[in-house]
Amino acid sequence: MSTELPLRRLVLRLTLVVVAMFGFGFALVPIYDVMCQAFGINGKTAGAYTGAQTADAAREVRVQFLATNAAGMDWEFGPQADQLSVHPGASTEIRFVAYNPTDKPMTAQAIPSVSPAKAAAYFHKTECFCFTQQVLQPGERIEMPVRFIVDRDLPADVRHLTLAYTLFDITPRQPPVATLSATAAKESLQ
Amino acid sequence: MSAVIDDHGHAGHDHHHGPAKGLSRWLLTTNHKDIGSMYLWFSFAAFLLGGSMAMVIRAELFQPGLQIVQPEFFNQMTTMHGLIMVFGAVMPAFVGLANWMIPLMIGAPDMALPRVNNFSFWLLPAAFGLLVSTLFMEGGGPNFGWTFYAPLSTTYAPESVTFFIFAIHLMGISSIMGAINVIATILNLRAPGMTLMKMPLFVWTWLITAFLLIAVMPVLAGVVTMMLMDIHFGTSFFSAAGGGDPVLFQHVFWFFGHPEVYIMILPAFGAVSSIIPAFSRKPLFGYTSMVYATGAIAFLSFIVWSHHMFTVGIPLVGELFFMYATMLIAVPTGVKVFNWVSTMWRGSLSFEAPMLFAVAFVILFTIGGFSGLMLAIAPADFQYHDTYFVVAHFHYVLVPGAIFGIFASAYYWLPKWTGHMYDETLAKLHFWMSFVGMNLAFFPMHFVGLAGMPRRIPDYNMMFANFNMVSSVGAFMFGATQLLFLFIVIKCIRGGPAAPAKPWDGAEGLEWSVPSPAPYHTFQTPPDMSEVHEHRKGTGGELTP
Repeated sequence: MSTELPLRRLVLRLTLVVVAMFGFGFALVPIYDVMCQAFGINGKTAGAYTGAQTADAAREVRVQFLATNAAGMDWEFGPQADQLSVHPGASTEIRFVAYNPTDKPMTAQAIPSVSPAKAAAYFHKTECFCFTQQVLQPGERIEMPVRFIVDRDLPADVRHLTLAYTLFDITPRQPPVATLSATAAKESLQ
Repeated sequence: MSAVIDDHGHAGHDHHHGPAKGLSRWLLTTNHKDIGSMYLWFSFAAFLLGGSMAMVIRAELFQPGLQIVQPEFFNQMTTMHGLIMVFGAVMPAFVGLANWMIPLMIGAPDMALPRVNNFSFWLLPAAFGLLVSTLFMEGGGPNFGWTFYAPLSTTYAPESVTFFIFAIHLMGISSIMGAINVIATILNLRAPGMTLMKMPLFVWTWLITAFLLIAVMPVLAGVVTMMLMDIHFGTSFFSAAGGGDPVLFQHVFWFFGHPEVYIMILPAFGAVSSIIPAFSRKPLFGYTSMVYATGAIAFLSFIVWSHHMFTVGIPLVGELFFMYATMLIAVPTGVKVFNWVSTMWRGSLSFEAPMLFAVAFVILFTIGGFSGLMLAIAPADFQYHDTYFVVAHFHYVLVPGAIFGIFASAYYWLPKWTGHMYDETLAKLHFWMSFVGMNLAFFPMHFVGLAGMPRRIPDYNMMFANFNMVSSVGAFMFGATQLLFLFIVIKCIRGGPAAPAKPWDGAEGLEWSVPSPAPYHTFQTPPDMSEVHEHRKGTGGELTP
């Protein structure tokens, strides 16, 4: 019955479990990102792709482009072509146009998503405006390029995939004046 | 409250270490019985509050069209009803039962950490004071459902969401400390010779529940902390605009949320496993398999969370994995139901109120389990998702599951707590009114759900009108009946036939070896359990006549 020391040690261990599980909750965030990329959950795409592939001229895949504004976003935003036929392995460029019709400078962030989800892991972006934030002055219009490669290993039953961008207004979070680096990145893209 | 409870500390007053007088007894007490009583009263108050919110919901849904409340307030009612019932009624009730019964069942003088125990309890009124106060704030209380999915609970939340977050933090801390206390008590304070496999199943299920609690309550604390950071500190855990993902919220939440549903039912499994043998006058059938089944359910509860999210866009492999893993839970649960039925088989049954609630528990919980299996079928779930079928399912496992388990426990141990027998006639009336009311309220929800009525909406198509009216009548009946329960308990505290130390002739366990009412201090000298046989081992032979 005299359990003073074991009790203290037991409670200490249980408290450590609690702290560890609190940390595990936060660890789920990167784990989730890794799982999403590994399994293409939610059509999440990876960051910039640095590899190169040779074109598979025998196969053609149709890539559709979608542009959506998130709630409260007033920009005009859309692709220059609704769809392109590409050879897997070939590097292709498509431009999206954004226009700020409001009378104030705004910052935007585009979030990509690929459907069907299982194709997401086979869609590589070598260059994308979604890697940076975009700042537009009132009335300013820019063309933003995306350069992508559809992987040669894309499952044979996928003949058609969709690249969708949702444009979010993040001005309250990233005031345009404070994002010099984003502006620089935009200029380098132009 | 204290005026009522003072009565059942009577035996303690003659004792050399009786309770302190007045309010400070309740504020400062470290006595497991006092704290257990406070938990139980708190949970009953929360039950009535959450229940009255359910009455608002059912009154609004009595007829189609907007009748009584505005949709904004309706959303606050559904949210608060869920939060209060889960965190305020069911969980504290089981902690109260644990406080009262675990030391008595294992021959311990008190809980291992009595001061922590006091703090765990007194955090709860603070947490729920915060939570309920949001209803009176500008913009209203939480209106995003008890699952508080982002971005409803972040970007689009009312201002009061910060109070909600702190309330969750407080009740989480309370639960975690309570769980650590339970584990420390069970592992360290068992009477000499009380091996783990001699413990009553209620102690076993609570030990496993406590491990579930310390594993997942911190994850809940983590997810609300992420919400707090998203709302106030500019992070983007759940905001797609900043590179986060709202679906991540659902994964983290349900990693907590699924074990949580077992936290709410495992202690009821344990209590029923004591009550059914007592009123069958037979040892529990398959004690060892009950222990392992509980462990198996607890383990499986960690790997099935995505079955709440079949429709968010999970890869096919994921849907299949979570579907089969979920169905696997039916196996250990089936073992338990089989053991309860086998315990009753050829027993000398009698149907006092605890047994009525326990038998109803077995039957109705199984119905809830079956609708759970239907929901587990991933392709079919696309039809059922977010309909009243889901509402019917989880109310069938929570009301006749958790709540009936608590009622059964209350009637079973009331004589031990108060020293008086409760009024059996009124208790049976309470049971039958609850049984009929509950089934009237929730059974039609299966039908309207399958026909497509969405949950959490204050209005509905005319075609659902009749079933909804039946549901509302049943809900009003169930709700009003709980006032009868309050009356029965108060009547039992104030008087009634004196209860012997062991009022149920078939009951087993150390708690019946102390007088009724249980003295303020029990097992100051631990009982020697080494002569007692390993729990009912080898007595499965009762089945052969």
